[in-house]
Amino acid sequence: MGTSTAGRLPIGLLLAIAAATLLTGCGINAIPTYEQNAKAAWAEVLNQYKRRSDLVPNLVETVKGFAEQERKVLTEVTEARNRATSVQVPPDILTNPEAMKRFQDAQNSLGGALRQLMLVVERYPDIKSGQNFLALQSQLEGTENRIAIARRDYIEAVRAYNTELVTFPGRIWKWVLYPSAAPMATFDIPAQDMQAPRVDFGTQKK
Amino acid sequence: MPAGAAMALSHERRAAASILVGVVTLAFAVLLQAQLAQPAFPRLTGRVVDEAGLLTAQDVAELTAELADLEAKSTDQLVVVTLRSLQGYEIEDYGYRLGRAWGIGQAGTNNGVLLIVAPNERKVRIEVGRGLEPQLTDALSRLIIENAILPAFRRGSFADGIKAGVRDIKDVLLGNAEEVRARVQRGAKRSAGLDPMTVFFVLFWLAIVAFVIYAMFQQAHQRPGAGPSSRRVGQRGDPVAVPGGWGGSGGWGGSGGWGGGSSGDGFGGGGGSFGGGGSSGSW
Repeated sequence: MGTSTAGRLPIGLLLAIAAATLLTGCGINAIPTYEQNAKAAWAEVLNQYKRRSDLVPNLVETVKGFAEQERKVLTEVTEARNRATSVQVPPDILTNPEAMKRFQDAQNSLGGALRQLMLVVERYPDIKSGQNFLALQSQLEGTENRIAIARRDYIEAVRAYNTELVTFPGRIWKWVLYPSAAPMATFDIPAQDMQAPRVDFGTQKK
Repeated sequence: MPAGAAMALSHERRAAASILVGVVTLAFAVLLQAQLAQPAFPRLTGRVVDEAGLLTAQDVAELTAELADLEAKSTDQLVVVTLRSLQGYEIEDYGYRLGRAWGIGQAGTNNGVLLIVAPNERKVRIEVGRGLEPQLTDALSRLIIENAILPAFRRGSFADGIKAGVRDIKDVLLGNAEEVRARVQRGAKRSAGLDPMTVFFVLFWLAIVAFVIYAMFQQAHQRPGAGPSSRRVGQRGDPVAVPGGWGGSGGWGGSGGWGGGSSGDGFGGGGGSFGGGGSSGSW
């Protein structure tokens, strides 16, 4: 009796150690890890979009000071901003392509309105040369750049996560341990980003 | 394969088939990854990487001294890089990837800056690591580019423009002495040896492993024994077999600080968190 229990114990222990190492080695943690990465990347996307909408009021004020007559573009920008900030971001947005699309559309229309504003500003040398505007413009450019990178990082993180869900070891872990893990929605490139901004030389002249 | 044949597959065959599907998907994923490939980066050979050959040996030496001085004072890593080609990428796109690939900046503080010059595309960029975004803001980067760098570049003097840019970036980074000191301390705290949690985890696991070995050793010696001694072994063994303890191997994941630093002559970073800060210009 004594020998049998004494003999079994370390083997069980060794098995436990081996199992723990093997399991972590073959990706039992991969799904939650990738999921957290993707969520962090998404938080960064939201963060940068917020940064952009925070910039807008300043930008609008600055342009307004010089070009009161461009009221239409300015109103468009302000409205697009209000729409973008009022879009509800439901907690399940990442696995809800529908909500993701709504969010994207709102942000894209703000992006489009801002591009339009920047084109308009080209007509006003006074605004363009102002230090205040230069600072705002570089902040806006920087923010657009950060948004682009945050989106790219998010797309990459989602790609890793979604791939893990459907490829071999991950597929089994999902089945055994994470049945609720659902593929995440990603961005598609908005149509207006596929083409270069249109410059109309007819209206370019004052 | 016809549907009928697939349904007739035995259990093992079906398992094998799903493995095959997995392998194919995996191969597909690898292909996708290849498609998302990075541009080719020059090797990080020092603080000045003059791939485009815009600088004389004298310039490189001067700049290297300036940049080393900056790191000595504030731990910030500023690297000057000139590129023969952007390989079809936007300079904003190329820049942050280069910063990440090289791991510029200290681990933890991510205080790296790249001054990138692409003479063939006539583009220049100051790429700012996340840790320095509050100091070297987009607006300040833009001012440095417009006022210090571009006028010299337009005259055709790359060396002067780069030197003026480095001087101004240094001025901004070292401008607020109080803030610089705080940044150095923050960096020192982060990189001061091992953090206590890691030490704790390592000791914890070492202790468990030692205990297991000890228990096994004891048992090996007491196996022929009978009665009271074997019962004692059983009692000692019990606390060892805590099954929950083996799942918590998360403590080994924290080695993030070691990535990045590929270095030519003892220079390298460890940070490399670039999120698109900085500004670009063109001449």
